[in-house]
Amino acid sequence: MSFEPRIVGILCNWCSYTGADLAGTSRMKYAPNVRVVRVMCSGRMDPTLVLKAFQEGADGVLLAGCHIGDCHYISGNLKTLRRIPLLKRVLVELGIEPERLRLEWVSASEGARYQGVVNEFVEQIRSLGPLDLEARRLPATASAS
Amino acid sequence: MASKIGVYVCHCGMNIAGTVDVPAVIEAAKAMPRVALSKEYKFACSDPGQEMIKQDIKAHGLDAIVVAACSPLMHEKTFRRAVEAAGLNPFLLSIANIREQGSWVTEDPAKATEKAKAIVAGAVFRAARQEPLEMRSVEIHRAALVVGGGIAGIQAALDLADSGIPTTLVERQPSIGGYMAMFDKTFPTLDCSACILTPKMTAVGQHENIKLMAYSEVESVSGFVGNFQVRIRRKAAYVDHTKCNGCGMCMEKCPYKAPSEFDQGLSQRRAIYVPFAQAVPNKPVIDPATCVRFKGKKCKTCIKFCEPGAIDFEQKDSVEEVTVGSIVVATGFQPMDAKKIPQLAYGRHPEVYTALEFERLNNAAGPTQGKILTKDGRVPQSVAILNCTGSRDTNYHEYCSRVCCMYALKYAHLIKEKLHEATVFDFYIDMRCFGKGYEEFYRRLQDEGVRFIRGKAAQVFGGKEYKAIANAAGFIDGLEDHQLVVQAEDSLLGKLIRVPVDMVVLTPAVEARADADEVGRKFLVSRGADGFFLEQHPKLAPVSTTNDGVYIAGACQGPKDIPDSVAQGSAAAGKALGLIARREVEVEGTTASVVDELCSGCKCCLTLCAYNAISFDADRHRSSINEVLCKGCGTCVASCPSSAIKAKHFTDEQIFAEIEGLMSM
Ligand SMILES: Cc1cc2nc3c(=O)[nH]c(=O)nc-3n(C[C@H](O)[C@H](O)[C@H](O)COP(=O)(O)OP(=O)(O)OC[C@H]3O[C@@H](n4cnc5c(N)ncnc54)[C@H](O)[C@@H]3O)c2cc1C
Ligand code: FES
Repeated sequence: MSFEPRIVGILCNWCSYTGADLAGTSRMKYAPNVRVVRVMCSGRMDPTLVLKAFQEGADGVLLAGCHIGDCHYISGNLKTLRRIPLLKRVLVELGIEPERLRLEWVSASEGARYQGVVNEFVEQIRSLGPLDLEARRLPATASAS
Repeated sequence: MASKIGVYVCHCGMNIAGTVDVPAVIEAAKAMPRVALSKEYKFACSDPGQEMIKQDIKAHGLDAIVVAACSPLMHEKTFRRAVEAAGLNPFLLSIANIREQGSWVTEDPAKATEKAKAIVAGAVFRAARQEPLEMRSVEIHRAALVVGGGIAGIQAALDLADSGIPTTLVERQPSIGGYMAMFDKTFPTLDCSACILTPKMTAVGQHENIKLMAYSEVESVSGFVGNFQVRIRRKAAYVDHTKCNGCGMCMEKCPYKAPSEFDQGLSQRRAIYVPFAQAVPNKPVIDPATCVRFKGKKCKTCIKFCEPGAIDFEQKDSVEEVTVGSIVVATGFQPMDAKKIPQLAYGRHPEVYTALEFERLNNAAGPTQGKILTKDGRVPQSVAILNCTGSRDTNYHEYCSRVCCMYALKYAHLIKEKLHEATVFDFYIDMRCFGKGYEEFYRRLQDEGVRFIRGKAAQVFGGKEYKAIANAAGFIDGLEDHQLVVQAEDSLLGKLIRVPVDMVVLTPAVEARADADEVGRKFLVSRGADGFFLEQHPKLAPVSTTNDGVYIAGACQGPKDIPDSVAQGSAAAGKALGLIARREVEVEGTTASVVDELCSGCKCCLTLCAYNAISFDADRHRSSINEVLCKGCGTCVASCPSSAIKAKHFTDEQIFAEIEGLMSM
């Protein structure tokens, strides 16, 4: 069976979740692989949420918030934007390809953009293959044995 | 933690059940941890649907509810009310969005069903960890702010003030009126614009409940629904309006001139001026870019002629703060710059006019006293009106500007009325006469002998320019140098045509104001892909926004005519009034709070809060959050290195559980 990526999407309520809903009301079809968590603002996107998703078996994590300048809470998205580079370095340390985490800006009127982002990200993760954290958890045990 | 969860999967007619195998989802839910019962229903949001949930809560002692249906943005409130009516705290409800983000976006039924199961599992896991929360009620300040004094803002302010609500109207220009003040006649009734607008403007100026702040702008907005603090900057007019009696001597005597913005540069105004005769307020301002005193010269003309001594060159901008319960944003539109379409020759040929220039040219109070004349004073024998300048054109604006067909017809009529002999051509793609009495107006113009040409004008040549290429393009007999040639494909004849005329009028697209972005941010109103302000729902909440207590009206929401702008002005005022009449609003208690024992006093959170809701208690060495100021975005929560800040209803545990659920299927 071909590999079907499992992706967790964390979307801000005001822009990206609304944009995803708009894709729905406009009946735009896209890959079913992203499962969405709604938070009020991308500012709430704590690195631990991303790590939790990988730990639970997600092959990729998509974060989406309002475009810069459009955050409903003024600047929450800016703060998330600043967190991501460090988080990506942590991912590398953990043996997770940083491309498995993506941050996108999707506005409430960009249903088509959401559709495009999801389809593209799903394909990217598909080509990266399954994350399979268990199998990657080796070095420490390997050197011990 | 909840231990008896009820799961309800909605068919939404065929909207969900047409793609998702609902019984399979029901079965899967039954096997999820802590689920006590799992049921399906045709329309869960209907009265019997809600009734079923209420009965079950009571009969089975359910302690959390999951509704798998449409988006929470649609019906979360509905189901929260139902749950609450059955005695359960409304925050013990969790919505699984299996319609907008499930059935409607997934082609394959098997995959849609699989996704729906995962979404339901996420909601079930989350619901188990949700905690009861109290709604917070806040008092609503009995006052309103209207931003923008065009016809939409004027209507909103008058409706609010007539209902006894103290209303502040902020207008950027020295006078209210907006674009409507520039028109001579309005379609389709051809009422004189000034005759219907001036009484409303005067009413605003004299209303005991309206505080008119012209030549002013909103600088910042803070607070929240019911309690907005708004800082307004009044620009220095260099005239003390409390002393000025509006006699106008200063404007008559001022020796310095600049092109009149109101007349679209077709006439001159003085350095001290009111934009037009019926301006409200009818008190002049001094334009520092034109007045020579600001360039170090010693002119004293206005001072000398001002009997009440109102001229005050020492005046500075002043800032005032008002507190209001609700806000109506009615900042209007701008016409597209016609120079962006160089092939239409605007700015290159003097006889190519924008619609607003033509409005002024045709206006009895305009630069030619309403005589339609070319710049060198001739009476045009032929005029071409070109519809859809930059509208319905993927190179500029994809949308239809909605008013151009109608004002083009208005111009055709006015030209025919004034210049009986003139030939009027109207180049159109489709004639869009959608309003009441509009189609009838179109018919009337057809009878008046206007030459309608179905085809978008592609290019405008100057007469001389055309002669230079006439060899290739075909000679036009008697074409004079000062004339113009309009080239279009007549799509009814299927033929390229070239029409010589004396004057061309363009209809530049109605577009979002250049600063809509900045204004939107001030009021936390989002914008659509077309740049206009975004309403909360395109059909069901056309004047509301996602920012509670802030409403939008008029052309700032999208191109519209005067009747629609007025209707929206009244609608927004009605919404604002409805809010104020409630005296109190319930706001969700989904704020953040500091867990005292965990806070290490590192102060990381202090600079993160965009609302200054976090303060630091130096004695206790702990941060604390003011719940009235907190808007619940969760930014501080995500950044606290000690995980000491908790986002109510969005706690780490709740989101972790949701992720576990989503990944469990
Ligand atoms: C050439 C032309 C002809 C037309 N003819 C007709 C007609 O015959 N009949 C008809 O029904 N409709 C006509 N229309 C449409 C009509 O102009 C609009 O429906 C109407 O002007 C919309 O009113 P408004 O109040 O929304 O916006 P506006 O008229 O744009 O008014 C907005 C006001 O807000 C002010 N403002 C903007 N930003 C700020 C800010 N940040 N702070 C404070 N103040 C601000 C502006 O200065 C302005 O006074 C025509 C339009 C055009 C372009
Ligand atoms: S609300 Fe969307 S990013 Fe802040």
